[in-house]
Amino acid sequence: MNALQMKNGYSLQQISVAPTVSATQNACKLCAPLGAALVFKGIRGAVPLLHGSQGCSTYIRRYLISHFKEPVDIACSNFGEHTAVFGGGVNLKVAIENICRQYEPSLIGVATTCLSETIGDDVAMLIKQYCKTHQEGNVPPIVHASTPSYQGTHMEGFHSAVKATIAHLAARGTSDPSRINIFPGMLSPADIRYVKEAVSAFGLKAMVLPDYSRTLDGGLWESYQRIPEGGTSVESIVRAGDAAISIEFGHTLAQADETSATYLSRCFGVQAVRLGFPMGIRHTDAWLQVLADISGRPIPGDYREQRGRLLDTLVDGHKHVNTMRAALYGEEDLVVGLSAFLAEIGIHPVICASGGCSHYLEKAVRDVVPESWHGEIRVLDNADFAAIEAAVVEAKPDLIIGHSKGYAMSRRLGTPLIRVGFPIHDRIGGPRILHVGYEGAMALFDRIANALIERRQDTSEVGYTYM
Amino acid sequence: MKAIPILNERKQHIYETGDAPFDFQCNRQSLAGSISQRACVFCGSRVVLYPIADALHLVHGPIGCAAYTWDIRGALSSGEQLHRMSFSTDLREKEVIFGGEQKLYHALTELIDTYAPKAAFVYSTCIVGIIGDDVTAVCRRVSREKGIPILPVHSEGFKGTKKDGYKAACDALSQLLGSGETQGISPTSINILGEFNIGGEAWLIRDYYKRMGVEVVSVLTGDARINDIRRAHGASLNVVQCSGAMTFLAEIMKARFGIPYIRASYFGIEDTASALYDVAAHFSDDGIQKRTEGLIRDRIKAVVPQLKRFRADLEGKRAAVYVGGAFKVFSLIKALRQLGMQVVVAGSQTGTAEDYALLRDLCDPGTVILDDANPLELSRFAIEKRADLFIGGVKERPIAYKLGIGFCDHNHERKTPLAGFEGMLHFAREIHTTVTSPVWQFVPFRGEAAELNPTESDPIGKR
Repeated sequence: MNALQMKNGYSLQQISVAPTVSATQNACKLCAPLGAALVFKGIRGAVPLLHGSQGCSTYIRRYLISHFKEPVDIACSNFGEHTAVFGGGVNLKVAIENICRQYEPSLIGVATTCLSETIGDDVAMLIKQYCKTHQEGNVPPIVHASTPSYQGTHMEGFHSAVKATIAHLAARGTSDPSRINIFPGMLSPADIRYVKEAVSAFGLKAMVLPDYSRTLDGGLWESYQRIPEGGTSVESIVRAGDAAISIEFGHTLAQADETSATYLSRCFGVQAVRLGFPMGIRHTDAWLQVLADISGRPIPGDYREQRGRLLDTLVDGHKHVNTMRAALYGEEDLVVGLSAFLAEIGIHPVICASGGCSHYLEKAVRDVVPESWHGEIRVLDNADFAAIEAAVVEAKPDLIIGHSKGYAMSRRLGTPLIRVGFPIHDRIGGPRILHVGYEGAMALFDRIANALIERRQDTSEVGYTYM
Repeated sequence: MKAIPILNERKQHIYETGDAPFDFQCNRQSLAGSISQRACVFCGSRVVLYPIADALHLVHGPIGCAAYTWDIRGALSSGEQLHRMSFSTDLREKEVIFGGEQKLYHALTELIDTYAPKAAFVYSTCIVGIIGDDVTAVCRRVSREKGIPILPVHSEGFKGTKKDGYKAACDALSQLLGSGETQGISPTSINILGEFNIGGEAWLIRDYYKRMGVEVVSVLTGDARINDIRRAHGASLNVVQCSGAMTFLAEIMKARFGIPYIRASYFGIEDTASALYDVAAHFSDDGIQKRTEGLIRDRIKAVVPQLKRFRADLEGKRAAVYVGGAFKVFSLIKALRQLGMQVVVAGSQTGTAEDYALLRDLCDPGTVILDDANPLELSRFAIEKRADLFIGGVKERPIAYKLGIGFCDHNHERKTPLAGFEGMLHFAREIHTTVTSPVWQFVPFRGEAAELNPTESDPIGKR
């Protein structure tokens, strides 16, 4: 038996996946501390610290590194049996001290794990005590996000860390109308770069939280960096209360729950605006219009040109994509954002699936696609890949759009996979995928249209050289 | 460049070979906040049992542990592919409060009904013991109802280190031993322990033994099947690779079935040849001895001339090696020497005092030996020792690349077989590919590293 024989004889094809009720198979979600660690990686000079077992930080590091291909140092308080019985107070203190000695961080972001939450460590109190007894030393701000992995997904961890950071740091200062806050949600580094560029194009100063556009997609080092350069500075987060407005992206952020933006509105009177991911034409229009309104400036010519090129591209390729059907999966906000764009080009998102469970996915998807399509759209939340695959088998879409973890399904079904979002573990360039803005839409459109063209070309006996 | 600090508590886990007394610490719980490259008990169990392809591997706990180990390794199977699925009880708040036994029972039952596995392993993760689930009782019940072995793996992440996870996995495996038919097994037969068939390595090694006339009863756990494991006690000898992971099982088999074991490594020509010779010597059978000599001669004749071509470009290059088990480090040092390369940094996550003593003897003077290192230490010594190549796993890769150093993945996620004679060729080719890439000429940091004078930096590394 050699590797070649195996390829011919046995493979992923052999597994006949069927959904189950109690067990989760091939999850379409990750645990909450991963989301929190990602947020803390987007703060300048910050070191994330997971309060739990060593494996939590190591597995999450490995998972993030496989996508970002950058160093991802995440500390751990390293629970032992003793710690689990007597509480993690001592370990947390030692961990903070050692992080300070090794990294001289400007912030430590503590995220709890299922273990420390289950044994009932009062992390907020432990941190308070630490800061009290270490007043003389140079203790950086220590933010605490509660992220037990039995509650929600990595997205809940993500939002919880953003909110904890704001709640911990934002203070009342002098208000500055040119200052805005942006809470982009879980976008790619390329997306975050786009958001920042757009803001400066309108002459505005933005605090983007998190901003891992450089820390997790940096260049080669000129000199050794203990903590990679980039990220939102602590000072700018402190000034979040001074901003004129907060923009948060998220179609499925619960209306009832307090978010970072609504917190700043309640405590500091910063106006809160909620937008969907700026994916596709209408959502990008809306986003740029908000920036135009805040800044009092017209939309810059560059963006008008980009929009023109996008529309031209969509017209050129419309016959390849219109009436096609796609299965989407990933974080809920990404699925809604994709649905909105696909609706604009005539691709029906017949499966909209997520491991998340905000209870808003169904409504948010229906809001962005034409009513006449509603009957054929199946929305699955709290779904694993076994459930998604069963739905895809039934729906027989032309395309699958989602992250790398759908590859096995795509291969088994012979349906092309357009890779977007996180994680991208089987291709290079994941962090550079641009999903937002006119150019993000254009790049996505090219890939979708080309996948369909390629399928047509490859399945034709003629072997057309013009398509 | 500002010196990269080393924590005081960590200094005794670092040693530079030379005349200084060897007062070295290892085999301890990692230091909180140090950012160890190690994983946890669960990880140790999961890596050992992962390749068993016709078993159901159900992770009992919240979703993370299962999600991060889904189809993670290059452990190939020649048939069933069930090990490439990720199964979890995905515990939620409700179960954390009221207990997860019901969910475990239902999850197990429905998964067994769906996939008809030959056995199931149920991995306990951190909170399972804390919320008080009696996993063993649930396993026993489902085993009775479904008529297959269901083995609890006590792998709560915090209950020790990765090594304790190896032990928990071996305990679970040992429950299968002795339950299969051993009739017809040759007296010149072995089990291969601690070989996980990464990229098809177990197939290569099995083939060597076949040519030698030695029967391989089972490989634990590369491309393993439950029924092979049940018969493993019928072998005359256990050949244990990856010392950390499976020595526990070899000890159990020695005590229960009187099967002796020897250690082996299949990385590098030298170690592969001695492994095969050792097995041949154990059986003192002229036929086996002769065939072994012939096999090794043929393979060396085929491989060595090709290695020489790589060596021409690699001669004099320096390597940093940091992997899970210390046993692999020994082999890598020898294999790199064969390519004309010198190891300047050598470390492992889980080495023992004996391992490190051996390592010290094997290394050239001036080599930095590290136990349970962190990214800052690895970076610092890779810079100071001006490494051209880093051998490690996924977590070490970005360290190497940011420092402008070539990288070879020698962990379980790789897709290339690096074991055996053919594997040595792949190893050499991979190192050659990374070290000789023209991209390094554009890397700004390499110049600085070259100018750094190690003796003038903070003297910790030179204790």
